[in-house]
Amino acid sequence: MSLQYFGLHSISGSLIVLDRVEGAQFDEMARIVLDDGTERTGRVAMLEGDKAILQVFEGTHGLSLTNTRTQFTGRPMEMPLSGDLLGRVFTGAGRPADGLGEVMPEKFGDINGAPLNPVSRQYPRNFIQTGISSIDCLMTLIRGQKLPIFSGTGLSHNKLAVQIVQQAQIAKDSGSEFAVVFAAMGIQNDVADYFRRSFAESGVLQNVVMFLNLANDPIVERIITPRCALTAAEYLAYEKHMHILVVMTDMTAYAEALREFSSSKGEIPGRKGFPGYLYSDLASLYERAGIIEGVEGSVTQLPILTMPNDDITHPVPDLTGYITEGQIVLDRGLEQGGVYPPISVLPSLSRLMKDGIGEGYTRADHAAVSNQLFAAYAQVQDARSLASVIGEEELSELDRKFLEFGKYFEKCFLTQGFTENRSIEETLDLGWTLLSLLPKSALDRVDDNVLNAHYDPEAAALLVQKVRERDG
Amino acid sequence: MMQQPVIYSVNGPVVKVRNTNVFAMMEMVYVGKRRLIGEVIGLTDLETTIQVYESTSGLQTGEPVEPTGAPMSVTLGPGIMTNIFDGIERPLRALEHASGAFIGDGLDVPILDTEKEYDVDVKVKAGTMLQPGEAYASCPETSAILHLCMVPPNLSGKVVYAAKSGKYRINDEIIRLEDADGAVHSLTLCQKWPIRRARPAAKRLAPSRPMITGQRVLDTLFPIARGGTAAIPGGFGTGKTMTQHQIAKWCDADIIVYIGCGERGNEMTQVLEEFTALTDPRTGKSLMERTVLIANTSNMPVAAREASIYTGITLAEYYRDMGYHIAIMADSTSRWAEALREISGRLEEMPAEEGYPAYLPSRLSEFYERTGAYETLNGREGSVTVIGAVSPQGSDFSEPVTQNTKRFVRCFWGLDKALAYARHYPAINWTMSYSEYMDDLAAYYEREVDPKFNAYRTELSALLKEEQTLMDIVRLIGSDVLPEDQKLVIETARLIRVGFLQQNAYHKEDTYVPLQKQFLMMKLILHFHHKAKALLAEHVDLKAIRESGVPDLIVKVKYDIPNSRPEQFGELTQQIDGTLDALRGRKKEVL
Repeated sequence: MSLQYFGLHSISGSLIVLDRVEGAQFDEMARIVLDDGTERTGRVAMLEGDKAILQVFEGTHGLSLTNTRTQFTGRPMEMPLSGDLLGRVFTGAGRPADGLGEVMPEKFGDINGAPLNPVSRQYPRNFIQTGISSIDCLMTLIRGQKLPIFSGTGLSHNKLAVQIVQQAQIAKDSGSEFAVVFAAMGIQNDVADYFRRSFAESGVLQNVVMFLNLANDPIVERIITPRCALTAAEYLAYEKHMHILVVMTDMTAYAEALREFSSSKGEIPGRKGFPGYLYSDLASLYERAGIIEGVEGSVTQLPILTMPNDDITHPVPDLTGYITEGQIVLDRGLEQGGVYPPISVLPSLSRLMKDGIGEGYTRADHAAVSNQLFAAYAQVQDARSLASVIGEEELSELDRKFLEFGKYFEKCFLTQGFTENRSIEETLDLGWTLLSLLPKSALDRVDDNVLNAHYDPEAAALLVQKVRERDG
Repeated sequence: MMQQPVIYSVNGPVVKVRNTNVFAMMEMVYVGKRRLIGEVIGLTDLETTIQVYESTSGLQTGEPVEPTGAPMSVTLGPGIMTNIFDGIERPLRALEHASGAFIGDGLDVPILDTEKEYDVDVKVKAGTMLQPGEAYASCPETSAILHLCMVPPNLSGKVVYAAKSGKYRINDEIIRLEDADGAVHSLTLCQKWPIRRARPAAKRLAPSRPMITGQRVLDTLFPIARGGTAAIPGGFGTGKTMTQHQIAKWCDADIIVYIGCGERGNEMTQVLEEFTALTDPRTGKSLMERTVLIANTSNMPVAAREASIYTGITLAEYYRDMGYHIAIMADSTSRWAEALREISGRLEEMPAEEGYPAYLPSRLSEFYERTGAYETLNGREGSVTVIGAVSPQGSDFSEPVTQNTKRFVRCFWGLDKALAYARHYPAINWTMSYSEYMDDLAAYYEREVDPKFNAYRTELSALLKEEQTLMDIVRLIGSDVLPEDQKLVIETARLIRVGFLQQNAYHKEDTYVPLQKQFLMMKLILHFHHKAKALLAEHVDLKAIRESGVPDLIVKVKYDIPNSRPEQFGELTQQIDGTLDALRGRKKEVL
């Protein structure tokens, strides 16, 4: 039995200080037993001389300078791992929360992971069909990618995440299994419940591992929640050879927990009070997405974050955008206009898309149609802002055509049902049909040959007629 | 006997040692039983502060700290090209071999391949006097690069032994040199140099030749000189990395040093994959043969990220001394500044703006001032050009890193979110960007491309500027109120934007465009403008000009005329003239 330290030197926020400590390791875990028999977990955040400063995951309420016994474990924070993780629910600190008892570990994994060597990575190229037109065509999700959803409070990001999980053909034609790792950070009970119910209804619950740190759980635990989830994901991906989709929500709550913790340590703040290392910290999570060369299995991340005040320049979405490989931005205006999913096309982007689409992946004309749709929709915005100044009647004929294109693009392409699962062929054909609403000369991003093969004004007219009938 | 120094405190990557005086500033040290690599960054009579380049998890107080007596250095020698290193020049392929796909700690791997044999041509005999920087041997490092082994810049003397030409490994002795004090130095194929000290050169040369990138907006409007500095600031998704990749692939530098500083792992994998597959148009060999990658991705230790740009520029200076022209891509200098901020925070230094340390500007200028075209110690001419990406927080160009960088670079290629959203690539904003090398390079363009080049460029910029002014009016009251000749300016500016500034990196002909074709494209657009203006004066309707098909032809020139067939511009100009002349009869009804 190793040494136990009675009492504490001081307590501040979620930090405790022990003195006359010998042989404590930086970053190791400690067990803190209270006089009433309850137990807490701490991690060494700093060592100085014979003092050790520990962060306590469950919070320091009820701790006094005399009622504790602390014991160092000599190991970093670890997570028991086994194939039996699937279907289980854990707390944000990785302890079983479903009453099914402890996991029989096949091994333990350090939750901080280790950086993946860039030369060991395989560049992601395999397209994941989500069945959502705007994503598949314009910001294609690739296996091994990290593609966050930038949302705002009250927008339908949760619904969209569930739809993606239900429809994503992530393991198609690879013969591997597909599973979801779900990390909830600081979300409400109702939201967590919504995800659980949705997973159950779609019959994927047996293939989901859930880590729940809810809004009323301690913030220090929130900091380790995504790390536990990603450790589980990496294990399932690289050692059980599954294709894992990690849904992490809400990254803003995570960053705020980090800020609160940082300020309690008295660190110098950077922008908006967030610690200067927020970028490195977020990167240590997001960079755990990927594929290892020569190993079957992949980790794909779909982090969700709510932009405070819908501000995309807020440090959390801003730094996230710098690390992730693109972003899917939701827009309040579209949501209010009845568009679901309310994906704002122009600021959205998938960086890995260019190498994962086209012949052999999706279809040869994919790049052409998506470039042209982006460009045309950008012109729609110009025409709209002009119309709001000089009135729609004063617009040139071409600008009016763009307005019409914009309307049907939002009605037919962006909008789709919660259970509507469109194949990539359907999506691309629909894109061409909509572009055919515009005169050929306005489609300057496409090669003439490609354009001639797909330009079809009759289909466009038919589509318009159908929508008019539908809407009465 | 001095007591062995031991760890007093650990706080993230910062370790402190008390009551010792064995360390020197910037000395490299081994920390703890696992011998993690660290560097001394602070000294007081009480405490020595060390930043550690590897994960400090598991360190204990009381573990030993071992001095090495040498500053943080890189090993310079054959084997650098085609390699991929982390921020402190540890070869990532060897690390993969040692610890698998995930990078472990305290790994001791040789920097350069010690077993590989090179065909060494020894150029000196016993008795030869060698000056600092003089080459004593050479060997083909890759099929594209001939490596020169040079006397270290701080050494000179008489050769007392020289090996015969033949096959040698990097640590084999090639010559022995006796200096003025009679000390004998054994020189091999490699040498060491501290990363934070610039390698000396004989003379700095004025910038006189552009680094040609094949990117129209850069070469024509905002050129960079060989040995120059440029910053590419832009919010996420505006194409910083894409622009750097394009430059790295196509620019006419001899060697590319690509520093992935705190960026995405997948991006480095992509560079590695793409550059290996691509052929260099000048040598016909794989691009990787003349490339070295420094990859310290965002999840690798932050202290090594801080070191990575110094490692990169030291490697570049070494090859410059052999007479090569090197282009450094640093992606992104903001991540480096953040690493500086993070370490400064751990040291509890007084922060200046937004938590960045007050020495941010001086560190930035130190880095950018290591660039330039030089006459080397051995009389060759070489240059180091730096193109640094900047990632401003919140796309706000007034933040400290962008602003301070702007003070020390002479080219500013500002990326614009609005252009990127409209998928106008490269999204370099032509009103915000500038190049201070324009005057230095004017003579080159006149001599090598065309005497009219500079005049045309001025006219092109003026048209874009005028369009911007006119668009302000159009946005308020619509385009109908403008007179015809101003509408023509808007039309021509559209041709410039779509037909000239937009460049398709994925198109075979358009991804790289030689200067001659850039000039001819510019000339064609201006020719159209003058011709159309003359027609308007004769009361030909602008609408007729617009619908004549000529603008479409001009926009598609970039795809339709291959880079290798500049003579086709003559035919096309004739065809356009014919079409436009035919409009003369159809005069506008004058009311």
